[in-house]
Amino acid sequence: MDSLDITALHVSVKDKEILHGLTLSVPRGEVHALMGPNGSGKSTLANALMGHPGLTVTQGDIRWKGESLVELSPDERAKRGLFLSFQYPAEIYGVSVTNFLRMAQAARLGNDTGSLTDFHKDLKEQMKLLEIDPSFSKRYLNEGFSGGEKKRHEILQMGVLKPEMAILDETDSGLDIDALKIVARGVNKLRGPERGMLLITHYQRLLNYIVPDRVHVLMNGQIVMSGDKDLALELEKNGYDWVKETTASG
Amino acid sequence: MKKPNNTIDIDTDNYERYGFHTPEKYLVKLPKGLSQQVVAEISEQKQEPDWMRKFRLNALKLFARMPMPTWGADLSGVKFDDIHYYVRPTDRPKQNWDDVPEEIKDTFDKLGIPEAEKKFLAGVGAQYESEVVYHSLQKQWEELGVIFLDTDSALREHPDIFKKYFATVVPPGDNKLSALNSAVWSGGSFIYIPPGVHVTIPLQAYFRINAQNIGQFERTLIIADEGSNVQYVEGCTAPVYSSDSLHAAVVEIIVLKGARMRYTTIQNWSRNVYNLVTKRAFAEEDALVEWVDCNLGSKITMKYPSVFLKGKGARADILSVAYAGEGQHIEAGSKVFHMAPKTTSVVVSKSISRAGGRTSYRGLLRVSPKAAGSKANVRCDALLLDENSQTDTYPYMDVREDDISLGHEATVSKIGDEQLFYLMSRGLSESEATALIVRGFIEPVVKELPMEYAIEMNRLIELQMEGSVG
Ligand SMILES: Nc1ncnc2c1ncn2[C@@H]1O[C@H](COP(=O)(O)OP(=O)(O)OP(=O)(O)O)[C@@H](O)[C@H]1O
Ligand SMILES: [Mg+2]
Repeated sequence: MDSLDITALHVSVKDKEILHGLTLSVPRGEVHALMGPNGSGKSTLANALMGHPGLTVTQGDIRWKGESLVELSPDERAKRGLFLSFQYPAEIYGVSVTNFLRMAQAARLGNDTGSLTDFHKDLKEQMKLLEIDPSFSKRYLNEGFSGGEKKRHEILQMGVLKPEMAILDETDSGLDIDALKIVARGVNKLRGPERGMLLITHYQRLLNYIVPDRVHVLMNGQIVMSGDKDLALELEKNGYDWVKETTASG
Repeated sequence: MKKPNNTIDIDTDNYERYGFHTPEKYLVKLPKGLSQQVVAEISEQKQEPDWMRKFRLNALKLFARMPMPTWGADLSGVKFDDIHYYVRPTDRPKQNWDDVPEEIKDTFDKLGIPEAEKKFLAGVGAQYESEVVYHSLQKQWEELGVIFLDTDSALREHPDIFKKYFATVVPPGDNKLSALNSAVWSGGSFIYIPPGVHVTIPLQAYFRINAQNIGQFERTLIIADEGSNVQYVEGCTAPVYSSDSLHAAVVEIIVLKGARMRYTTIQNWSRNVYNLVTKRAFAEEDALVEWVDCNLGSKITMKYPSVFLKGKGARADILSVAYAGEGQHIEAGSKVFHMAPKTTSVVVSKSISRAGGRTSYRGLLRVSPKAAGSKANVRCDALLLDENSQTDTYPYMDVREDDISLGHEATVSKIGDEQLFYLMSRGLSESEATALIVRGFIEPVVKELPMEYAIEMNRLIELQMEGSVG
């Protein structure tokens, strides 16, 4: 089965190592949750998977469908089906959401890009599903969007671009309760055998709506614990100190 | 992509698109350089009235006396003696497309002009070399009394209205280049819109230089009579030649009470052209003047579209884009004179510098004591694409009235790594992402262009960006 395989990955930013030999596999068709304290390296992992130019992979490998991604630029990774929903999406002035998405779709799919009519129809449906006001399609990409609006648009982009492996970095942060349900609905809609997801979150709450196949705990740049969905409940109850104690004694 | 070397390939592409030239076939070509004889000969060739001959000769004297501008860009490369001041490819302007010589049509074909015409054009003034060779004007406008001619024909056919307004906005002695233009001008467009007439489709003209060392000195005069409404669009691309050429146009616009005039330019001269243009408009009571000015090409551009807000309630909008790549210095600016109460001006300048290019914004805002209740707002945004490039801003203000509202904002920014990463994570290549950010940056101006020009503009930006990475 196709999978995203991260093996013994070491990642540095400006000579400071953040990830110290991280190993994790997410098969296509499964949803894995990644939890961990602030500063443990979750966003660093997400960015490294997508090929952030400020990060250096010093050791280890990232493979998608058996092919190493380490030397590939972000756009080449996107073309191979990867997608990152950003914790802090950038604002692009003067570029409308619609134009951008059409361009991104063409870049990702090349000759397989569907007709403009289909695109608009799909976009409209996805916006409706995520309860995004149609006026947003003409607005500039993320410009002046509230935190929650940005997150919804990340999921909108995922919905339109239909990646095969999506990494969602704290898509639930900053969402009110209703928005959380709406976004979860959007994510669940995209769940399926053709798509894998790595869901980075601090809150068990999200996992009530998007039930993960696996839960992993990241601490100090390594995966220290993995389990099924109940691990998230355990974490919620006992906190990260419990993880430290358990892993130290185990 | 199939590109072994981006830079070369882009040049080739540009060369193929814009760098071709058709074999020269001139009926009249005066020797290089300026003299009374040359100027008199131009007037003679054109069989002009005596007043115009005197006007030219007088301007030549002024030209000889006046100094070159010492501020702004480096003009030491302009060699006035090394330029042909008059070339005339065909005997007389043609009304009918069928009569236009084949090789000239061929040139326009390569520029895609006939397509554009099909879609948008109703009246066309196409300037090839120093002469307008093709001109058509839609019948309905003629019936409305609209005059849209090349300037030489207008002098012959409408001498009274021509003489009434010619050189009243930009006198020959305004600056050295306007003096030069006044002495040797040839071609350009003349437009008169009668009172109350609204021309809904933009009037368009295409300009092109096509011979070594040929300066282009067109002269455009537009009069929007009371309550009328018109848009004029000029786009120019030029072939690549090795020696420097000069483009010194003068554009005069008179917008009478309650009339609206928009003048849109896309300038893409080849990288050896000195583009030194004097553009000025008079706005009477409640008139609106809009300059939309996009400058991508040339070696050096110095251009400061100006508006004299002479009547109460008049308004000026000056929107500009300047792009400077390797070896280019594009100085685009504006001048606004608030001379009457409750006048308004809005200036938006967007500049992009790349690969050692330099952009400058030079703006003058003058508010007279008669301009109570006026508003002026200036916004200059510069985008630097790399460390070698440069941008600077020279705002001059002379405000002699307290009861006004003034705003001035200037920003300099770079393309952020996080923006690039974000866009690339969605599948755009680095150059596509860069081009998209640049396009977004100039969007407030580009959205004011007619659609085909907006598309062409975005395409040109993409071409420039393809050379910027890798
Ligand atoms: N550009 C950088 N320069 C220096 N340190 C950095 C840089 N980027 C990240 N770090 C450090 O790397 C560590 C991991 O950061 P990261 O953003 O991956 O954490 P996180 O797990 O996503 O945290 P949070 O839950 O707060 O989002 C932190 O200590 C952070 O300060
Ligand atoms: Mg984070």
